[in-house]
Amino acid sequence: MSAKSKNSDLPLVATANDLRTGAVVYRGVDGAWQRDISRAEIAERKDAAADLQERAETDLAVRVADLALIPIIRDGAFVRPAALREIIRATGPTIELPASQARP
Amino acid sequence: MYRYDEFDHDLVRDRVAEFSDQVARRLSGELTEDQFKPLRLMNGVYLQLHAYMLRIAVPYGTLSSRQMRKLAHLARNYDRDYGHFTTRQNLQFHWTKLAEVPKMLAELAEVEMHCIQTSGNCIRNVTADHFAGASADEIADPRAYAEILRQWSSLHPEFSLLPRKFKLAVIGAPKDRAAIQTHDIGLEVKRNAEGELGFAVWVGGGQGRTPMIAKKVRDFLPEPDLIAYMEAILRIYNQFGRRDNKFKARIKILVHEMGEAEIKAAIEKEFAAIDKTNMVLPRDAVERIEAYFAPPPFETRVNGTPAFDRARETDSEFSGFVERNVHPHKMPGYAIVSVSLKPIGGTPGDITSTQMDAVADIAEQFSFDELRVSHEQNLVLPHVKLEDLPAIYARLREAELATANLGLVSDIICCPGLDYCSLANARSIPVAQRLSERFADPARQRDIGELKIKISGCINACGHHHVGHIGILGVDRKGEEFYQITLGGSGDETCSIGEIVGKGFSSEGVIDAVETIVDTYLKLRETPQEDFLSAYRRVGEAPFQEALYAHAA
Repeated sequence: MSAKSKNSDLPLVATANDLRTGAVVYRGVDGAWQRDISRAEIAERKDAAADLQERAETDLAVRVADLALIPIIRDGAFVRPAALREIIRATGPTIELPASQARP
Repeated sequence: MYRYDEFDHDLVRDRVAEFSDQVARRLSGELTEDQFKPLRLMNGVYLQLHAYMLRIAVPYGTLSSRQMRKLAHLARNYDRDYGHFTTRQNLQFHWTKLAEVPKMLAELAEVEMHCIQTSGNCIRNVTADHFAGASADEIADPRAYAEILRQWSSLHPEFSLLPRKFKLAVIGAPKDRAAIQTHDIGLEVKRNAEGELGFAVWVGGGQGRTPMIAKKVRDFLPEPDLIAYMEAILRIYNQFGRRDNKFKARIKILVHEMGEAEIKAAIEKEFAAIDKTNMVLPRDAVERIEAYFAPPPFETRVNGTPAFDRARETDSEFSGFVERNVHPHKMPGYAIVSVSLKPIGGTPGDITSTQMDAVADIAEQFSFDELRVSHEQNLVLPHVKLEDLPAIYARLREAELATANLGLVSDIICCPGLDYCSLANARSIPVAQRLSERFADPARQRDIGELKIKISGCINACGHHHVGHIGILGVDRKGEEFYQITLGGSGDETCSIGEIVGKGFSSEGVIDAVETIVDTYLKLRETPQEDFLSAYRRVGEAPFQEALYAHAA
């Protein structure tokens, strides 16, 4: 499955869901997929985004699903997704979960 | 309650083994996501924003205590200690790990549950009146027919690749508590002048981006013809339903485009042509299934209800609970208790594992081991003694499940919205929470009276906003959440689709807007007994539009 380009606004990072757990992950500069968006590889230009997408797609076989490149906003060292949907993916539901013994 | 026979056990066991193998092949890379996705969907596994979601079928909304305890066990051991009951009487876990799904399915099979046909373009879980077998106004228990339809439709080879998903609902009373006119097929069990059992058949209802009220294609379908007639409808749909455009693929579009007369004629022609040699539903087969839904051993001698009477007189909160959450039962001395999953400020439909266990214990002790799930995202104890109600209420309070708000403004239907759902455009749960907090005062809620607010986070309308007395639809407007309000919808036997009242509101403004609508209703109602929907149908939308928008003109 090829990646979805949800928005062409630069800069972009690659996000997906971990294949085994479904957890939201971002592709880091070392090629590892991890939970922290601030450690994601950031594509500043279109050619860099295409390259990032190509490399990320190789991970669709066994590591991740539902790959997408998403626009981010940078404020100094702080990185966050641009769209509300992606902010919620990055930080979790905006509501309090009903149980206290949340499983990690 | 229906119990699996050897065919059911084999079918579910085989399916678990098959899906376990498919998951292993996906995780090893042998299957691509494109190959795997339709397979996981057939087993109720979606990929949502934060994790996989597992949707578990609760056929016709009936659960035993043992099954509820299994759901609690799954919540505790495989998810985040809670589950979410949906508007189709199913349960969803929102934090499922794909690698653990096979184990979850195997555990579900132990208590005769599964996730088959909770997704995909097939006949989905058959829903029914949540008061089935208990309500005083019932002609016959609709669950026997729902079970027959479940058996007929499970893995039916001809109807496993329909143009789109297909939903059936069955009621057994004139009062529609299952929203049958918003289903692809709705069935109302009734008797004809000769006293024979049969069905009124409705076809082509649905919500989503093109809401439609179903058309009645048969006023009385004799019971023996049920399966053949369902086959005829499905064959017409399978043959002529659109496959070129997903948004126009539901049977409601076919019914709309063909017209009522033509679709009826096509169904009747197909029905006439069907070889009924093996398609007649014999009475003894119905009776065999009905035996599974036989009434529990009710006590027939009731010598007063002193504990119940005393509690009503001395405990105003208990009395308020009885007024809202307790409904008449067909047996003297018994009652139906609705358990609200809509606490003030909570998430509609959510329940913790501790609460699942608590309600399972209560059902086991007081309700013949039986529970129901309503399409309005509440639970039901269908058969409880009036005399036991004070004890049940105390137990529900202990479990924080005693909110006395059934049918009131805070009893809100709400989809998961953008907090969980990959299809959503806007959040719906926070809107529901803020609305319930705004109207938290029980006295104010009782003064407002019956009022159904329904909220969807996108046009797919899982929150049934089209049939809300007040419907709220979340949309994305240039990257910001925006909420459109509809008025006058209803999902009952007087089914109507709500009308858009005017331009939408911001996330901040929508709560005030709903309060303005409610205050307008309170001013214009003729008597306190005239409920919101009746008042709206009498006066139309003009007074509400004026109250909402006059200052902006």
